[in-house]
Amino acid sequence: MLIIPCPHCGPRPELEFRYGGQAHIARPVDPSPLTDQEWASFLYSRDNERGIHAERWRHIHGCARFFNVVRDTTTDQILASYKTGEARPEGV
Amino acid sequence: MLSDIVETTPIDANGVRLETLPAFGRLNFRGRGAAVSAMGEAFGLALPQEACRAAISGSRAALWLGPDEWLLLLMLPSDTDAVIAAAATSLAGQPHSLVDISERQYALGLSGRQAATVLAGGNPLDFDLRAFPVGMCTRTVMGKAELAIWRTEPDRFHIEVWRSFAPYIRGFLREHMREFGA
Ligand SMILES: [Zn+2]
Repeated sequence: MLIIPCPHCGPRPELEFRYGGQAHIARPVDPSPLTDQEWASFLYSRDNERGIHAERWRHIHGCARFFNVVRDTTTDQILASYKTGEARPEGV
Repeated sequence: MLSDIVETTPIDANGVRLETLPAFGRLNFRGRGAAVSAMGEAFGLALPQEACRAAISGSRAALWLGPDEWLLLLMLPSDTDAVIAAAATSLAGQPHSLVDISERQYALGLSGRQAATVLAGGNPLDFDLRAFPVGMCTRTVMGKAELAIWRTEPDRFHIEVWRSFAPYIRGFLREHMREFGA
């Protein structure tokens, strides 16, 4: 089982968490001028990294907050964990 | 009636006892900044800021559940309406949420020198006193059901369970108590 560091609660077992997909995808401020292609890209296109990936997790059976994690998808090693709204830490 | 949906008789085993605790008043509070101190004033107890910690004063306890979420417990359920009324005054104009969840959950008490071992049967958290000290509380899972665990004494846990999960969690804990003769 992964031990995932929640930025609020500290290291906790994986079964308290839910995966929330790729991090740092901002909803377009004004969607109306977007083409269907651009809107579809916002909705559905995601990176599929083999390696370092910034992603959202939710500590649903804990503090219930969303937060961000930088994880190496090949080793499952977690390199950083930080609160929603914070920038991805430099160097990871 | 609680006893209509779940057995409430205590279960005893060698070094561990599972019992149904008396009724509590329960409020779920969510808010930030000034609203948190205003809620503390209305409740008569400052809400703990440290993650996963509970504060107690008299017949009331405030359990940190998240960075903007607390479970407020009242050992005198009849006080609940007065706290809601006081909060309406002290929190006037401030964004917040205060919900009476007294009947949503019920409380189990798990006590005895084997209590931590029984909890560990269905949850991977470290219940060693150094990792999970007295005063620590957290939402987590037991088997497949969510619950909140609060260590009130070295060998005593207060467990908050949603009523529909109660038969499952009670049965799950009883299963692990069989190791100690339940
Ligand atoms: Zn958390």
